[in-house]
Amino acid sequence: MQTAAMPGGDRSILARSPLARLPDRALRWGLTTLAALILALIVYFFIRLVGEARPAFAHTGVFGFTFDNNWNVSADKFGALPLVLGTLITSALALLIGVPVAVATAIYANELCPLRLRTALTVLVELLAAVPSVVYGLWGIFFLAPKLQPIEQWLADRLSFIPFIGGGAVTIPNYFVAGLILAIMILPIVSAISREVMATVPADHKEAALGLGATRWEMIRTAVLPYCRSGIVGGAMLGLGRAIGETIAVTIVIGDAPQLGSHLFGQGYSLAAVIANEFGEAQGLHRSALFAAGLVLFVLTLLVNGLARVLVIRASRTSEAAAPRVSSGVQPSAGAVAGA
Amino acid sequence: MSTPGTAPDQFARFAVSPARRRKDKAARVTIAAGTAIALVPLALVVYYLLSKGLGSWSPDFFTTDPTGNTFFKSSSIGGIKSAILGTVEIVALASVIAIPIGVGVAVWLVEYGRNSWFANTVRFFVDVLTGVPSIVFGLFIYIVLIVGTGSSYAGYKGSLALALLMLPVVIRSAEVILLLIPGALRESALALGAPRWRVIFSIVLPTALPGMVTGVLLAIARAAGETAPLLFTAATTRNTNLNLGQFMNSLPVQIYNDVTSPTTAVVNRAWGAALTLVVMILLLNLIARLVSRRSRLA
Repeated sequence: MQTAAMPGGDRSILARSPLARLPDRALRWGLTTLAALILALIVYFFIRLVGEARPAFAHTGVFGFTFDNNWNVSADKFGALPLVLGTLITSALALLIGVPVAVATAIYANELCPLRLRTALTVLVELLAAVPSVVYGLWGIFFLAPKLQPIEQWLADRLSFIPFIGGGAVTIPNYFVAGLILAIMILPIVSAISREVMATVPADHKEAALGLGATRWEMIRTAVLPYCRSGIVGGAMLGLGRAIGETIAVTIVIGDAPQLGSHLFGQGYSLAAVIANEFGEAQGLHRSALFAAGLVLFVLTLLVNGLARVLVIRASRTSEAAAPRVSSGVQPSAGAVAGA
Repeated sequence: MSTPGTAPDQFARFAVSPARRRKDKAARVTIAAGTAIALVPLALVVYYLLSKGLGSWSPDFFTTDPTGNTFFKSSSIGGIKSAILGTVEIVALASVIAIPIGVGVAVWLVEYGRNSWFANTVRFFVDVLTGVPSIVFGLFIYIVLIVGTGSSYAGYKGSLALALLMLPVVIRSAEVILLLIPGALRESALALGAPRWRVIFSIVLPTALPGMVTGVLLAIARAAGETAPLLFTAATTRNTNLNLGQFMNSLPVQIYNDVTSPTTAVVNRAWGAALTLVVMILLLNLIARLVSRRSRLA
């Protein structure tokens, strides 16, 4: 703080003239306005989205829109349950397949891998994030889905006793392929966050476990994993947020069938895919229903991401409290990881 | 460790039992296998991109616009010139919008807002933005600039949608870098009598520059690959169009439209376009890595 100007104009020789203080004030308030504008923008967008979605909600009710199993555009029926379930099925599948693999990658890179290979491994996993969604879709529909079809058929025949999994004929685009592609797409972020959280485990804990005679796996199980459980769960939730919102790759490989698929290897639809696919031709109530689908999607990702942030932030807080880190390290900021 | 030969009986009770050793081995193998599985899709994607994409690359591929002749011979379907130019232009405008705003907000968060409730609210909303699905950004821009104004699709509307997508990435990465700048640096400048704005412009920003370039390039790379926000904002056209006020083609949208074609030649054009897009994005990533290696902070 500068010394306040004295009344009468005879200010201290150390104080700046009012004119010289002007750029400082301008910068400060300019930047504050910018930050406030971002807030205003998001609130404005949200209100407008609700406004555009209102006719659809008025038509069927919010509850009916979200939980009616009937999406029939030509009959003006807009029950988004097949879409919501499609989103949930594919995202759950992505977590089921993607998270164990991502955590294994993180453990391997942090605890087992020869030091020389560590950087190469992390760079390779991060490269998965550099491939655009539409390229995954292209690869998924022309390579992955056709190649997987016989395997899926075999699985479907063997597991036909489990409802929803087995039974019917396997189509080339289906829920399973969409889930698998999503698993590949969330792998880099889940792995990156798991690695960051594992790096915060104090060396003392690990050395103590090894010193007591634990094998390397016992050390990982007793010292590393419990310490970063909430961080890993948070990373998985951020991955879930990504999976729920992922649009183009899913649109290409899920089959775009506007009713709930009869089984896991059948065609389906998702909230994001329906918008990408139908918005171009949509009019009136149909368009409003697609805005409503966007709103449901928005709220869903908001909830999942909010929960994820709380978990990741709590994880990095407890680790900081347990072991004050040297400032030269990379800060375990959840947001930065999510963004990068 | 047991040391066989010297004094086996003395140390035998400290040895790891065979069962535990087996378990350790099994766990290690499983973890290594999981890591290998993670790398399989990368290898497959790269292999297919190269084998299919390189086949459709030719001088003509980069210098002609796509034509509508999708049912004829491959020579008449055209290339991806308009898509490349459109992507470059749309992403460039998005960067020009998102980078100054993003860096400005990050500077405010670190230099002025710090841990005030307002700054934390802004941080929370920036995190919210990070999680918003990219197609919802497209819907936002559609509502405001197309429903709102009654006009049609245009390149700059696509840029705005991408800018919204880049904004949280730029803000959070710039904030992390700015936080790494030692407080002593700011304090010495202030002690020498420099006003706050000079400290920011002459000390803080130049020091943070290399680190921030990395985050910015990664944000650009992410935006360049996005399809969903462009579908209902910049839409698509086949012709080369350098006017951001009109319909514009872009690489991701071109690939998306070609994927559904029943003609092999058109699908091959999609592979060629996909390889082009991935090469562009990887170049940005590579530059980002090189710059970050030169940075003294991160």
